[in-house]
Amino acid sequence: MSNAPTPPAAPMAPLPGGAMAPVLQGGPALAADLGDWRDYLALTKPRVMGLVVFTALMGLIAAPVSIHPVLGFTAILCIAVAGGAAGAFNQWYEADLDAKMKRTANRPLPAGRLTKDQAFGFATVLAIGSCTVMALAVNLIAAALLALSIAFYVIVYTIWLKRRTPQNIVIGGAAGAFPPMIGWAAATGDVTLLPILMFATIFLWTPPHFWALALFVKTDYAKAGVPMLPVSHGFAETRRQVVLYTVPLVAAALAPWALGMTGAIYGVAAIVLNAAFLVLAVAVGLNRTEDPAEMRAEKRLFAFSILYLFALFAALAADRVILS
Amino acid sequence: MTPEEQRALLKRRRQRNYVLAGVLLGLAALFYAITIVRM
Repeated sequence: MSNAPTPPAAPMAPLPGGAMAPVLQGGPALAADLGDWRDYLALTKPRVMGLVVFTALMGLIAAPVSIHPVLGFTAILCIAVAGGAAGAFNQWYEADLDAKMKRTANRPLPAGRLTKDQAFGFATVLAIGSCTVMALAVNLIAAALLALSIAFYVIVYTIWLKRRTPQNIVIGGAAGAFPPMIGWAAATGDVTLLPILMFATIFLWTPPHFWALALFVKTDYAKAGVPMLPVSHGFAETRRQVVLYTVPLVAAALAPWALGMTGAIYGVAAIVLNAAFLVLAVAVGLNRTEDPAEMRAEKRLFAFSILYLFALFAALAADRVILS
Repeated sequence: MTPEEQRALLKRRRQRNYVLAGVLLGLAALFYAITIVRM
């Protein structure tokens, strides 16, 4: 017969349905609470994922080699999950910054619903899992590009440059430009000029798209110590940069047609969309107002820029599918 | 921890376990399909 002391009975609490459960006592119990699944979902920035999935899918469809639907779905899933991992790493690193801004103060980390360790562990699992599955199920080139895109977004953009330069959004745009290239690489196992031009199009589209928004939406980035172009260099310089980035954007977007890599469907769509983008960007460049209520040109460019990217990539995929 | 907090904790845990089970089942189905496709 054992002489070991019997532990004191834990206090019990009633549960729905009449059952009783031991009342957990403070610290260790709270530490055991891994949080709500919705908070983990919020870490992945699901709203950003829409554009990532769409452009990756267009890259996959535009590729000259067809891929089995199961493997194509796996590739898109891996790209989406890797995007979620990058978003979670971003929130893990920027918890202090998010806490200072009204728009982000209610995210899971600044609000205290998850710990930094939980966010880091979750992001690491997503990153390693997505790259591993991509490598095993699809191909190594796509997996390497996927790993590079996560590393670029987290290390180069979030940790290194975001708080150091007002050109931060340009750098961030490069990270967002990877998905169509990865989609293409998933289908072909290769990267040629067309996916590089798709990368360049998103890369050069990001600054005018984002700065058009930054001109008429007042953010509290400055309060949080992040240099944003309208705050650091003024409205006139921001408008000049919008026009300057639009010129190479138009060139990159027209290049696939001009170089004979696509047919008339993309050619017509690219000419119309880029002419409209250029006109709207010039209108922003000529605007002088500093009153957000008067910034109709900026609002038009921002709204059109979203339609532009979706329509351009849809036209590219349609062109390649129908005419090839 | 109050009984209300206890109930909330157990609810969160149960929901998280359901979501995790769904993710694991989804992954098992996906890996099965990938295996068949790549055979």
